[in-house]
Amino acid sequence: MTERPARPGVFGAAAALFRKDLLSEWRTRVSTNALLLFAFAVLVLVGYAVGPASLSPEDRPTVHSVLLWIVLFFSAMTGLARAFVKEEDAGTAAALRLAAPPPAVLLGKLLSNLALLFVVTLFVVPVFLAMMSFELKSPALFLLLLLFGNLGLASACTFTAAIVAKASAKGTMFAVLAVPLLLPPLVGAVMGTRVAATETELSAGLDFVRLLVAYDGVVTTAAFLLFDAVWRE
Amino acid sequence: MIRVAQLGLGLAMAVIIWASFLWARPAQNFVGESSRIVFYHVPMAWVASVAFLLAAWHSAVFLKKRRMESDDAAAAAARLGFVFCVLATVTGSIFARVMWNAYWNWDPRETSIALLLLVYGAYLGLRGAIEDPERRATLAAAYALVAFATVPFLMFAVPRMYASLHPDTVINARGKVEMSADIRTVFFASSFAFLALFAWLFSLDRKVSRRLREARS
Repeated sequence: MTERPARPGVFGAAAALFRKDLLSEWRTRVSTNALLLFAFAVLVLVGYAVGPASLSPEDRPTVHSVLLWIVLFFSAMTGLARAFVKEEDAGTAAALRLAAPPPAVLLGKLLSNLALLFVVTLFVVPVFLAMMSFELKSPALFLLLLLFGNLGLASACTFTAAIVAKASAKGTMFAVLAVPLLLPPLVGAVMGTRVAATETELSAGLDFVRLLVAYDGVVTTAAFLLFDAVWRE
Repeated sequence: MIRVAQLGLGLAMAVIIWASFLWARPAQNFVGESSRIVFYHVPMAWVASVAFLLAAWHSAVFLKKRRMESDDAAAAAARLGFVFCVLATVTGSIFARVMWNAYWNWDPRETSIALLLLVYGAYLGLRGAIEDPERRATLAAAYALVAFATVPFLMFAVPRMYASLHPDTVINARGKVEMSADIRTVFFASSFAFLALFAWLFSLDRKVSRRLREARS
């Protein structure tokens, strides 16, 4: 009697899926290149049109925070939708269904989307700050907002991507479905970033961080609870 | 029995419309007669919220029991909720023009209702994008529940974090209804009538969906 290989646990399977996604992304770099080029194009457009000097100083914090999150949001929209669509396109979704339990699939995809989003953020934020001469009075608050804002973006987008992979008109549907889910955290993140640009105290904008943390917790939990039904469909 | 209830609802609506314009007096601190819109705007906003709750509830039941009747109910609630949400937005916008001189000014409440409209739109759009009924039901239910979990962040967190121009809501922090007796009577009658109207349309929509499904199978 041959011994069956031990099935990995949820975290093991998620880690394997994460590694597989990183590897296949590293080999082609399709998503990363598309994302970075898109982000760069938007940054150039925004930087050229709005520039550092064309706004009066009191308008800058508001306009710059909005623009920064718009760039991040649209970059996320172009890149994160691929997570499940590419499995369906390549015909590997069925194998993935057999190989790993549903929570592991969601966790693995969430991690790879999060990695992708952080790569984009690492590129966009320094360029944006330099290009727009956007000065932050409270960098700590800004970093917290980026961290929890990205977590929320990744969670909501990964779940939406799983739904969209089964629908027609995938590209359009992804934006249609993701925008209502992402509006609350984006409003919070934009307002928090404005506070980070005008106030030196971290505590001044802590309410927005709390909003984001609560949102991340709720949306991630909901995604894990509901993913089973979506994935098996 | 049903006929009598429908007739009664029609009569009640007629009386409420008459009373809302001719019997109830305009409230204090509002421009001209603008306070009368409360008899239509608030019940519609309430119905839109109730419909949203119902859509989420029936979506959860569908995922649990896998019966297509629950999907019919969720879809019916979302379709009607969308209509009432549009009506609440339009009436609110008219009121905003009279009171604050602008149809739209991104007041926290206006932002919340815009989000609710977006969610309803996305849900109905998703339903349109999936052919297979079972798959449509599952994915739409999952989306409705995630949306249901995220909407409160804007509906409740943001409006309370910022000052709003919106008149105090009927259910307010002080825990009592601050309306004069005549306005209160018409207001609650109107809320009840709109809820009844919604219940009627809701059952009709479910019936139509069931018949259509039976005809196809």
